[in-house]
Amino acid sequence: MIAVIDVTGNNLTSIGNAIERLGFEYSLTHDLKTIEEASHVILPGVGTVGSAMDALEKHHLMKTLSHLQQPLLGICVGMQLLFEQSEEANKPGLGLLPGCVKRLPATPQYSIPHMGWNSLRWTSQCGLNRGLNHDDYFYFVHSYAYLSKEHALARSSYSSEFTAVVQKDHIYGVQFHPEKSARAGMVLLNNFLTLRTS
Amino acid sequence: MLTKRIIPCLDVRDHQVVKGVQFRNHRVVGDILALAEFYSREGADELVFYDIMASSDERPVSADWVSKVARTINIPFTVAGGIGSLEKAQALLNAGADKISINTPALKNPSLINELSTIFGSQCVVVGIDSQWVEDDYYVYQYTGDERKSCNSRRRTMEWVREVQDRGAGEIVLNCMQSDGVRQGYDLVQLQQVRSITTLPLIASGGAGKASDFLEVFEKAKVDGALAATVFHDRILSIGDLKQMLYNNHLPIRLSY
Repeated sequence: MIAVIDVTGNNLTSIGNAIERLGFEYSLTHDLKTIEEASHVILPGVGTVGSAMDALEKHHLMKTLSHLQQPLLGICVGMQLLFEQSEEANKPGLGLLPGCVKRLPATPQYSIPHMGWNSLRWTSQCGLNRGLNHDDYFYFVHSYAYLSKEHALARSSYSSEFTAVVQKDHIYGVQFHPEKSARAGMVLLNNFLTLRTS
Repeated sequence: MLTKRIIPCLDVRDHQVVKGVQFRNHRVVGDILALAEFYSREGADELVFYDIMASSDERPVSADWVSKVARTINIPFTVAGGIGSLEKAQALLNAGADKISINTPALKNPSLINELSTIFGSQCVVVGIDSQWVEDDYYVYQYTGDERKSCNSRRRTMEWVREVQDRGAGEIVLNCMQSDGVRQGYDLVQLQQVRSITTLPLIASGGAGKASDFLEVFEKAKVDGALAATVFHDRILSIGDLKQMLYNNHLPIRLSY
């Protein structure tokens, strides 16, 4: 069973639809035991880092997420939650990855949010990009990003370079929405959901 | 690099996709889900669904077919039609829509744009503007889904563009009414004028008839996306061929799907 963490209770339809389309079963949950026993855990991106951290605290999920051994995937805001800090919130993140999430710079050419299809530059061959090509595009909608290169599996660029895919041990994060990224997104999501659990 | 977007528009009436000429004389094109899946497979970057009667019937878009669309496709889509309150917007976003587009409701109650963008984020708030030249300037039209109720809102288009940007809109779709459905090309003059006054993502709508119309609107009006219905519904152009041509002309285009 795959656990999709129910952070705010709404607008998680698309990620659930995508998982079902790939033939997996999932549970939309904030139950500690269900999450601990899941084969893979997805932390979806909804709302802001601040509101999501409030919800994780309310359901006492901070410690559970820190102690997971199975693959964990943060999507969009869910990826941003993995870091120690975000400029968007005045409270710390989960701290599973080092560093701070920053606001993308706005310029006359680049309006914020960064919204639309953008490409990735993978830094290495890995389990997550099996079957993907360099000209595959992914759908992004965000105003904040992890700009540093540490633990980056893939980088992308808009008004600044930023990390689009991050990985440290069993912790993964993607800044884009695989569930809205057509075939490429489904390939990536399937790669994650078939990662072997340690 | 962010790609230029090709966006088929599906006008919905009574659970079917329809198409009119200059916003009139609608005929049935096909089934919502079948067309959504077809365009998604062909390489559409995004879809827009307009429930064209919702505003003039004073009822919201049905969340029922929106959730069916969300289960059918895995590309972003926008829903429009009679979304006049936060509750209606919430229901559609929960059903799986990525963005909601408001037109007549925004004209009747401009602060709705502020409320929607504060609560849901500007990234999911699109403002559709139906505009045409009347005597001395471009003006915004309302209730354009119903030819009996369609009328000039008396707002000047450029003033309205600035206002919706200030109020927190995340994207503008400019429907140029005089070129709609007649396949003689996008209204480059009007689009260039709007482009020069806004930094928001701008989507051109109305008038696409051949592949070179798309190239022209991206190159000359610098729009972020091009929306079209008739050329795709009538299979005059395939999205795959169109995107290959744009790519060959050095535009940033998503080809792998």
